[in-house]
Amino acid sequence: MSETVFYILSGFILVFSILTVTSRKILRTAVYLLFVLLGTCGIYFAMDFNFLAAVQLTVYAGGIVVIIIFSIMLTSDLQDKLEAVQFRKIFFSLLAVLIGAVVCISTILNHNFPQVTDKVLDSSMRTIGLRLLSYNEGGFVLPFEIISILLLAAIIGSIMIAKRADSK
Amino acid sequence: MESGVSIQHFMVLSTLMFFIGVYGFLTRKNLITILLSVELILNSVNINFVAFNKFLYPENLGGHFFAMFVIAVAATEVSVAIAIIISLYRKLKMIDVENVNEMKY
Amino acid sequence: MENFLYTLIIPVILFFTFVFTGLFGNKFKPAVSGIICTASVLISAVISYWTAYQYYFIHGKVNGVYQIINVYKFEWLKFNETLSIDLGILLDPISVMMMVVITTVSLMVHIYSIGYMKGDSGYSRYFSFLSLFTFAMLGLVLSVNIFMTYMFWELVGISSYLLIGHYYNKPSAVSASKKAFIVTRFADLGFLIGILLLSAFAGTFDFNELTNPDGNAILQSASVTFMGLSAITWALILIFIGCAGKSAMFPLHIWLPDAMEGPTPVSALIHAATMVVAGVYLIARLFPLYVFTSPAALEVVAHVGAFTSLFAAIIACTQTDIKRVLAFSTISQIGYMMVSLGVSGYGAEEGLGYMASMFHLFTHAMFKALLFLGAGSIIHAIHTNEIYTMGNLRKYMPVTHITFLIACLAIAGIPPLSGFFSKDEILVAVIEKNIFLFGVQYLVAGITAFYMFRLYFSVFWNKDKKYEHDPHESPNVMLFVLIFLAACSALAGLIPFSQFVSSNGVPFSTQIHMNIAIPTIGIAVAGIILAFVLYKKESVSPDKIKNSLGLLYRSAYRKFYIDEVYIFVTKKIIFNLISVPVAWFDRHVVDNTMNGIAYTTNFVSEKIKYMQSGQLQQYAFIMVAGMILIFLLTLYLIIV
Repeated sequence: MSETVFYILSGFILVFSILTVTSRKILRTAVYLLFVLLGTCGIYFAMDFNFLAAVQLTVYAGGIVVIIIFSIMLTSDLQDKLEAVQFRKIFFSLLAVLIGAVVCISTILNHNFPQVTDKVLDSSMRTIGLRLLSYNEGGFVLPFEIISILLLAAIIGSIMIAKRADSK
Repeated sequence: MESGVSIQHFMVLSTLMFFIGVYGFLTRKNLITILLSVELILNSVNINFVAFNKFLYPENLGGHFFAMFVIAVAATEVSVAIAIIISLYRKLKMIDVENVNEMKY
Repeated sequence: MENFLYTLIIPVILFFTFVFTGLFGNKFKPAVSGIICTASVLISAVISYWTAYQYYFIHGKVNGVYQIINVYKFEWLKFNETLSIDLGILLDPISVMMMVVITTVSLMVHIYSIGYMKGDSGYSRYFSFLSLFTFAMLGLVLSVNIFMTYMFWELVGISSYLLIGHYYNKPSAVSASKKAFIVTRFADLGFLIGILLLSAFAGTFDFNELTNPDGNAILQSASVTFMGLSAITWALILIFIGCAGKSAMFPLHIWLPDAMEGPTPVSALIHAATMVVAGVYLIARLFPLYVFTSPAALEVVAHVGAFTSLFAAIIACTQTDIKRVLAFSTISQIGYMMVSLGVSGYGAEEGLGYMASMFHLFTHAMFKALLFLGAGSIIHAIHTNEIYTMGNLRKYMPVTHITFLIACLAIAGIPPLSGFFSKDEILVAVIEKNIFLFGVQYLVAGITAFYMFRLYFSVFWNKDKKYEHDPHESPNVMLFVLIFLAACSALAGLIPFSQFVSSNGVPFSTQIHMNIAIPTIGIAVAGIILAFVLYKKESVSPDKIKNSLGLLYRSAYRKFYIDEVYIFVTKKIIFNLISVPVAWFDRHVVDNTMNGIAYTTNFVSEKIKYMQSGQLQQYAFIMVAGMILIFLLTLYLIIV
């Protein structure tokens, strides 16, 4: 991955992230988030995680954002602007966030990460499929199964929560 | 490796994204926008996982799978959260977080 | 060798009967559970007779010595290589004998109860508890392991408690059951400590090891001493305390007279024939241990037994409640058995006392069960226990009269009834060892005859008393039982008991010792005549003697104030000096500490609850701030 590509992508991501959290048009925030996700997807592609990038594209951009936009339409008036945030709140949040970011970034830059050059990443679809269903070392069949149960539970739970209380 | 992009680059990116999400979480009032900030946070974590996988442990796909599972968890989380938001909206006709303060003393 | 595995059925069937009638007893008619329980006891009685026949006459003896057979043994809890709690069945001469006694008396009591308890509201509960008791008692005598004995020992105690408290709406029955339970439980504590001590030194719970005269247990155990006695002696004395509790030896006898509040057949089964002799049985079971390691403990057994038998006999002369007289008579007779064990040695002829004790246990079970069931028949007819409100009952209840007379003669030791033989053996055994104890026992034999015939004459002779309605003879089931037991009491003495039971398993033969038998008969007859003069002819008024004896009579009437001493010790000393301060401490110091903690928590939370605003973003902000703080702190620590 060339540095140019990285900087373009990360600039894209950061700009839209900031827009996501500051925009006062609610539908636009969702669209900005979509752009952030697409940028992230580009980063995955650039790092050779093609499958993960595809998942990101379909599940996040295709699924989650659509649900969110759908619910925005259900619950909000699209013409309205969100009310402006109090200055006090912005100030304190910004302060905490900046301190946190500075501390984290300085830690990251000071840390000496080991250089691994002798091993090659194999992220072909075949390897991913085998790993996902393997129960040996490096296999992920148990979390895979647990996630499937979690999804089922979430579906049932969402239906139970969202359905009208008086409907039988 | 083909470039001068190191793991630090990615981590700084994800840190910035994370704190932008936190900022959104702290300042936004509308529950759906808060949810969007949470999605930002989760996404930044994913970038981190993937970068670790790529640069530190390329021989196994642990970070990759974790990112996948995080995406799955995010999907469940969004579905449940939106169910809650919709039922709240039915009850209160609004979805501002400041009005959802029943759970205090 | 014959496989005795079928003996497992004997206790197990009763257990299942208990569970079945206990759980489903209210589902069908009461009479059905009575029949079920009686039938299952009948089955186990038949099997135990068959076992006894097989054991004594066919398979039990090898080279003329009765073997100890472990029919079944199952390791249940293992502590280490040698120490384990096993469950199983052990057959040897005394366990087989006890098995026969228990199933016989239990069967008789079950049959009798069908008539006696008719119409009682707790009929089916009563029968299921009787089954439980019989199961527990069989488990106790058949156990292979002293810990198994202990478990069944407690089970016997609890079933006794349940049966004494059968009329639970009667306050006296409730307090009697509690008293019985607490006193025996207290004694069982001694038993438990004794077992633990014993196992610590002998290294085993197993009866085969413990009672093997050449075994390790006996050889190893004499080493450690404490307060002048060896540890094993202390262990055996503690075990004897447990036995004294169950067998109502002085000073733990106080529960037995009160236990007469239970239904009379229960008194016959538990508090006369079987459970109260469990103590005697246990000492007999551990007899080699007593003889070889600790003669001192045996001395204690003998003297406590002798004192108790005299003590209880004197009290029995003054009681006016028919069941209490019999209760004290039971205590006195158990004292006999204890004395006899206490003076015995190990071997065939040297073990005469051992044999005599078991023999007396056997005959006593028969005639005392008969006495109690006869008393039950009388109470059933006239609904009172006081002997002064009875009189001339022989007119109304001829069968009860005759059987009761047989039992009285048997316990008084008139030949050829059973009591004569066993008592004669005991006296022979005692005179060989200790002339003083012989004197006591000889005197007790006379007193026994006196109080039994005092009872007999007051109840069956004299003038008619006013009855609410005419007394009637009991139903036929009860009479059948009385006649059967009368036959047993009359004939049991003719069994050559020494051919079957001896301390080392070698049969021997005994004969009547005329030089002891004749004076014994003499004193018994003298006792009877005295009773006749005082209570039949009334030529000398008993009241006059009562007055002349004064203090002695009064104190004997009040059972020598032992109960009052107990009350004094518990209420005045323990309650006032220990319990009251402890209660004060608990109420004021312990409780207040706890209340203070709760109050403080409550107060603080009341004050700080307003920090919970319910504003999600406020919480998140504080969380982030805290996180950053921890970050910085960690960084600082790493850098420094």
